[in-house]
Amino acid sequence: MIKELAATGARLRPGTADDAVGGIVPAQVASPDSVEQAAALLAAAHALGLRTVFRGAGTKLAWGSPPQACDLLLETVAMDRVLDHAAGDLVVQVQAGVPMARLSGTLGGADQELAVESPVPGGTVGGMLGSGVAGPRRMLHGTARDLLIGVTMVLADGTVARSGGRVVKNVAGYDLGKLLTGSYGTLGLIAEATFRLHPKPAATAYVTATARDPGHAAELLQAVFGSQTAPSAIELDLPPGGEPELAVLLEGTPRGVQRRAGDVGKLLGTDAQDIEAPLWWNRLPGGDTLLELRSWPKTLGRVLTAVSELAASAEVKAVLRGSAGVGHFRIGVSGEPAAQAHFVGELRSALGALDGGVTVTDAPDAVRGLVDVWGPVPGLELMRRVKDRFDPGWLLAPGRFFGRQGDGLGQQGDGSGRESVGGDG
Amino acid sequence: MQDLATLVPRLRAIAGDEHVITDEVRRRTYESDGLTYHAEVPGVVVLPGSAEQVAAIVRLCADEGVPWVPRGSGTGLSAGALPRADGVLLVTSRMRRILEIDVPNRCAVVEPGVFNLDVTKAAAPSGYYYAPDPSSQQVCSVGGNIAENSGGAHCLKYGFTVNHVLGLEVVTPDGEIVRLGGGPAGAPGYDLIGAFVGSEGTLGVVTKITVRLTRQPEQVRTMLAAFDDIEAGGAAVGAIIGAGVLPAAIEMMDALAIEAAEAAVACEYPAGAGAVLVVELDGPAAEVEREYAAAEKLCRESGAWEIRVADDPAQRALIWKGRKSAFAAVGRISPAYIVQDGVVPRTALSEVLRRIDELSAESGIRVANVFHAGDGNLHPLVLFDDAEPGAGERAEIVSGKILDLCIEHGGSITGEHGVGVDKSRYMPRMFGQEDLDTMQLLRCAFDPEGLCNPGKVFPTPRLCGEVPGVNRGVHPLVESGQAEQF
Ligand SMILES: Cc1cc2nc3c(=O)[nH]c(=O)nc-3n(C[C@H](O)[C@H](O)[C@H](O)COP(=O)(O)OP(=O)(O)OC[C@H]3O[C@@H](n4cnc5c(N)ncnc54)[C@H](O)[C@@H]3O)c2cc1C
Repeated sequence: MIKELAATGARLRPGTADDAVGGIVPAQVASPDSVEQAAALLAAAHALGLRTVFRGAGTKLAWGSPPQACDLLLETVAMDRVLDHAAGDLVVQVQAGVPMARLSGTLGGADQELAVESPVPGGTVGGMLGSGVAGPRRMLHGTARDLLIGVTMVLADGTVARSGGRVVKNVAGYDLGKLLTGSYGTLGLIAEATFRLHPKPAATAYVTATARDPGHAAELLQAVFGSQTAPSAIELDLPPGGEPELAVLLEGTPRGVQRRAGDVGKLLGTDAQDIEAPLWWNRLPGGDTLLELRSWPKTLGRVLTAVSELAASAEVKAVLRGSAGVGHFRIGVSGEPAAQAHFVGELRSALGALDGGVTVTDAPDAVRGLVDVWGPVPGLELMRRVKDRFDPGWLLAPGRFFGRQGDGLGQQGDGSGRESVGGDG
Repeated sequence: MQDLATLVPRLRAIAGDEHVITDEVRRRTYESDGLTYHAEVPGVVVLPGSAEQVAAIVRLCADEGVPWVPRGSGTGLSAGALPRADGVLLVTSRMRRILEIDVPNRCAVVEPGVFNLDVTKAAAPSGYYYAPDPSSQQVCSVGGNIAENSGGAHCLKYGFTVNHVLGLEVVTPDGEIVRLGGGPAGAPGYDLIGAFVGSEGTLGVVTKITVRLTRQPEQVRTMLAAFDDIEAGGAAVGAIIGAGVLPAAIEMMDALAIEAAEAAVACEYPAGAGAVLVVELDGPAAEVEREYAAAEKLCRESGAWEIRVADDPAQRALIWKGRKSAFAAVGRISPAYIVQDGVVPRTALSEVLRRIDELSAESGIRVANVFHAGDGNLHPLVLFDDAEPGAGERAEIVSGKILDLCIEHGGSITGEHGVGVDKSRYMPRMFGQEDLDTMQLLRCAFDPEGLCNPGKVFPTPRLCGEVPGVNRGVHPLVESGQAEQF
């Protein structure tokens, strides 16, 4: 196995405990520095039947269900070049391993930005895309899928394919970039990506207000919705047992932002505004278990009430924060594993009744073993068919999606479950 | 009709006698979409009234191995809804209900046959609108917009259809009704909405759509600026974008397009202009004022010698009148014309327009330019006289060469009209075989039998074939349909 992988020219080393994915130590870790090397590696891994997991900086590798096997860890850290920043076209093309922070520095030099932020510092472009993670400004700009205009991918068998291009407006062919965004490395490697950029706003302001209770928070949200102040983000933080705090981000010209912030302040009944974000802005809520909650904006009051009440009755601590303007929140849960699992189940049924949903993003093993990580997923059967076509051998991060913990499905039919085939030389 | 004869009674049983069209004359009215150059009389036309009827029709086609084509309003410009003589044309025009305007959730739920503009009309009293605004919005269907990922003049700032879809109900080519997506916060799993939008009716039929509604801007300001030539206008576009101003729309017309618009609708654009720019800014009043001032200054610095401003809807309509009538207006100055749709990076606009000029001069074929300058989406109108033998073919060659120019400059063969039948032969110029084969994987996942709008988008695609042997034990939860793992 090492011989075939080494022949690709990619940097190769044996996996160590630090490389473990979901408790599985990969036999080999490879760091290709180009699309060609990545393609050669995947072709070789495919021929050898190796189960492969992709890693950027590894900051979100624990998200989703743990893969059931990982023979090869393909890391993108050596694919770290900004290939082309066409400032006049507001477009940038990068390799997947470029750190988000570095990209933001490069673009900042031209007063431009990729308008997606991640609540997890230290990540790469590929990890941001693969996990589909996004921050507060999703309300205005959408998520990475809305800013991605072209992608070069490598399939499980080493096929290199492109979709989209380097112009923002383009409807030629299927948009595979969107399909890969948020696919957690189960359909193919995102090797290079091209994004639409935005000019950096000249001024920003954050207007903050504390709501008396969930119902009041919902009223304030609707008041801002009804206004024509065009906020970039409406975020909310709900500390356990505390009152919900709202923060509204305005971006634009200095004078314009000043006026709009005044208008939003009036709507919220506050004169608290700052050019700095509140401390909790775009931060994960902490805790043992990280949940993602999706809801409709109209149900905000009921969502906040459900989280508080169910946390109290399950005897767990739950911190909720996220994008009230979109209905997307993250919840950090701490407590006894069984209590956490109970909370997840109860919250999921409460949200189901509101046409929303809850997924478990990350959790300690003790909790994972007791919960259904993904919950109900619309279009699941179609997704499986897509997976079957793109990765017929189920070699890419097998089991990432929709596995129930403890089931130990042997995807390769060898009943090996969550074991690595190990280094056979 | 022969082979379809047995299908007809069953289609009637599903959709009702009066909604199954077999009469040759009536079928002929569906022979083409907005691109009349391609025509084929459909074998049979069905107008279902519900998602359940759509599913039953599609299932019947699947069982009988009959190809079928979805159709909305038939305004498509790439022959995407070109029917099959040996197949069923499934038309959504009876599914035209707006099911919900939900202001607190900022969304609308509509059936696929609803006209684009009707969504905005229904939302307007609440202060909201549906942002994607193709020029055909009075008659094109939201289902068709989904299939084409339609844009409009304002997509520079607000994005395309795909950026405004929160949820879909689709009937898959095997006749299942499936819900995709979950709302503004997305849904777990693969982004099948992202994959479906823009798939040109090749992955199934949309039967229900949840779209995002956008709050009306506090202020809209529209400016018409006259320049000596396209180069100067192009420089103004670059300067505005370069200054960090993001207008809602920036549209440009060249001298020939202005001449045509003038002849057709007397829009009274500044006399002698070699190019005009329409720049629209919208948003909070406090922002629009400053951005407008900046845009006006940059236009003047780039050589604008006349600038008109519109602040109210009537004045705005006057400025837009010339631009919106441009396509049809070209009919006044030429017996026939081809509407091309290509994209180049904005910074390549001047260069590409110059090359188009050269092409026109070399071939003696006139080309009028009307385009979405802000995002580099060109709509060259290639003029010819269809009474003259061979003129159509020569125009077609010029039109094709324009696409080559777009590709050469890193652009695209279509920015909004889609590939359909018309451009499938250009796909290999923009994409390699591997790229096309990979896109085909998605197609095969949805439509392994290849019965759903066959022959569109891809040039002679490979057959789906069998999925290479997957050897895995089936878990009870998977078997019972309660869980999937991948
Ligand atoms: C004068 C004029 C101006 C135009 N301006 C613009 C513009 O500014 N921007 C722009 O983007 N386009 C424009 N178009 C093109 C056209 O209007 C759009 O592509 C529109 O979205 C097509 O909608 P339709 O209902 O007419 O679809 P049709 O023409 O009926 O069908 C188009 C495609 O969609 C598929 N389809 C239709 N309904 C469904 C459904 N329910 N489910 C699945 N697939 C379906 C069809 O199979 C076909 O492939 C213009 C056209 C004209 C004639």
